[in-house]
Amino acid sequence: MTTLLTHLESLRSAGRKLLVPYLMGAFPQPDAYAEALLAVAEHADAVEVGLPYSDPLMDGPVIASAGERVIRDGAGPVRVLDLTAEIESRVPRIVMTYYNPIHRMGETEFCRRASVAGFSGLIVPDLPLEESESLRSVAAGDGLAWVGLVAPTSPPERIAAVAEATTGFVYAVSTLGVTGTRDALAVSARRVVAACRAATDLPVLVGIGVSNAEQARAAATTADGVVIGSAVVRAVLEEGAEGARAFLAGVRGGLDTL
Amino acid sequence: MSSASRWPEVTERGWFGQFGGRYVPEALMAALIDLEDEWSSARNDSAFARDLDGLLVNVVGRPTPLYLAGRFSELAGCEVWLKREDLAHTGAHKINNTVGQILLARRMGKTRIIAETGAGQHGVATASAAAYFGLPCVVYMGATDVARQHLNVVRMEMLGAEVVPVESGSATLKDAINEALRDWVTNVTETHYIIGSVVGPHPYPEIVASLQRIIGDEARAQFLVATGRLPDEVIACVGGGSNAVGLWRAFYDDSDVRLVGVEAAGEGLDRRHGASITAGDAGVLHGARSLVLQDAQGMIAHAHSISAGLDYPGVGPEHAWLAESGRANYVAVTDDDAVAAFRALASSEGIVCALEPAHALAHALATGHNGGLVLVGLSGRGDKDVATLAEYVEARSQ
Repeated sequence: MTTLLTHLESLRSAGRKLLVPYLMGAFPQPDAYAEALLAVAEHADAVEVGLPYSDPLMDGPVIASAGERVIRDGAGPVRVLDLTAEIESRVPRIVMTYYNPIHRMGETEFCRRASVAGFSGLIVPDLPLEESESLRSVAAGDGLAWVGLVAPTSPPERIAAVAEATTGFVYAVSTLGVTGTRDALAVSARRVVAACRAATDLPVLVGIGVSNAEQARAAATTADGVVIGSAVVRAVLEEGAEGARAFLAGVRGGLDTL
Repeated sequence: MSSASRWPEVTERGWFGQFGGRYVPEALMAALIDLEDEWSSARNDSAFARDLDGLLVNVVGRPTPLYLAGRFSELAGCEVWLKREDLAHTGAHKINNTVGQILLARRMGKTRIIAETGAGQHGVATASAAAYFGLPCVVYMGATDVARQHLNVVRMEMLGAEVVPVESGSATLKDAINEALRDWVTNVTETHYIIGSVVGPHPYPEIVASLQRIIGDEARAQFLVATGRLPDEVIACVGGGSNAVGLWRAFYDDSDVRLVGVEAAGEGLDRRHGASITAGDAGVLHGARSLVLQDAQGMIAHAHSISAGLDYPGVGPEHAWLAESGRANYVAVTDDDAVAAFRALASSEGIVCALEPAHALAHALATGHNGGLVLVGLSGRGDKDVATLAEYVEARSQ
């Protein structure tokens, strides 16, 4: 069992709903990143760190523009890994990146660097099961847990196959669409979670469009927890590290009532 | 050439050698698998073939002529024949693909069409096909291209399409594809995405190439009738690469026929350009592994070409395979040389071609002096480029 999964399983078995916020690496700017990441991690059970990419096709405006800003500040994927390595880590970190930067660096080199930088999990949103076999194998060798994504359009046999390949948690995409905040949690979220439950005993976390404490609580009534991205990035941008900490404290509070 | 008979054949999972594949979010996988299944059933369905043939004849206006460019040949020093896709309905080869894909969309029960466009020709062809079948259509177009291909924006809107300018990144074709993919991820249940070139995740490169190969099937037969032999060289411009693959597939097994792809060298290969094969390397963009322009950390570069249709930092995986196997050779032509060739064709033949195939003509002018027979894919007409040309002329007269 991967260290990420062991960590999440021990929390889950203690009855805790899992909170995994996302922060774009080197955001809001490289010299303010450490403060932001520590604030985001405070109420979290694991943190997802995004690597900036020029063509983030699964991201809506909030995260896409955060990535553009980081790239403008001169921080590419390598710099983000290096910066993250220097920041004290109290919860596991998962690196989220599109595939081309991995391909460019080489799967072996990428996984080695991510592991050295202290990451224990990997999410690649544009790498479906069929194309990820070699990366999954390399990642496993470096102690990086694989987070498999399941979408509302995934048929049961694909969900089973994704779950089979997953060594971290199953990321249940709540709705069709890109990252971003929504007014309400999609009705499809509950159905996707149920379909994942039918296929696996792994932790199932709902992400994409989970925007506030109320939606997180609603999602976690059936799921094991939530991933929150755009709302966190926006809080960091508009209210600073302290604002993000307060936002996530509210989400944590909601989850702890379940 | 020893590798001549090893022409690309797509594998079941969409690989042309080490290029291709399906690098997309999980949300799109089911739709791509459905599309693949629908495509293989359509290909074996005589009713589909009949419907498509009917559209190609009566809507597109096929076959397009093969045209001996006599006065241009004198300039080139060889016999130059043009496959006149500029005379197809809506003014470019793009319509061959859109009528075929819209038939597929109807078979799948899709009720909404989206597309990306660079030069606007694919957008116009999609908008026209959607109007013909009464389907709503949204076209994503980089804001830079919206400005420089204004005529086509107006045409799309007149055809009933909604044109959405894309401001992100380089605000050109690459970013329009990103935005179209974002739309598709969101609306995949009812929407069919008509990709305009031999790019994207499997099965798109194969579908688009199959629908475009009529260009070469016609041209090869026409060439034999007109000259009694095959051309020595078949030249086509390459952005994403659909007009080139469409023209070439019929010639893959003719090992004596040289295939030359012409990319955009833009301001020069040491400056901004769009030559993904000539100057790029392996990477994953828009759902496929191919050759791309990128930096050391895998950030996709901003391409540049005076022609919006070649202003793209990637290329279809079939081209990457053709380049690697040696079956086709690739060169790059600058903005300046393309404009010169455009002018040469206009003044010698009375044809206003698009700036994209002007790159192919430039190569014919530059290297055709050995008296052979050359076939050039004239992929589209140039009305859309008039404003760009006027600006170009003005900038150089100052």
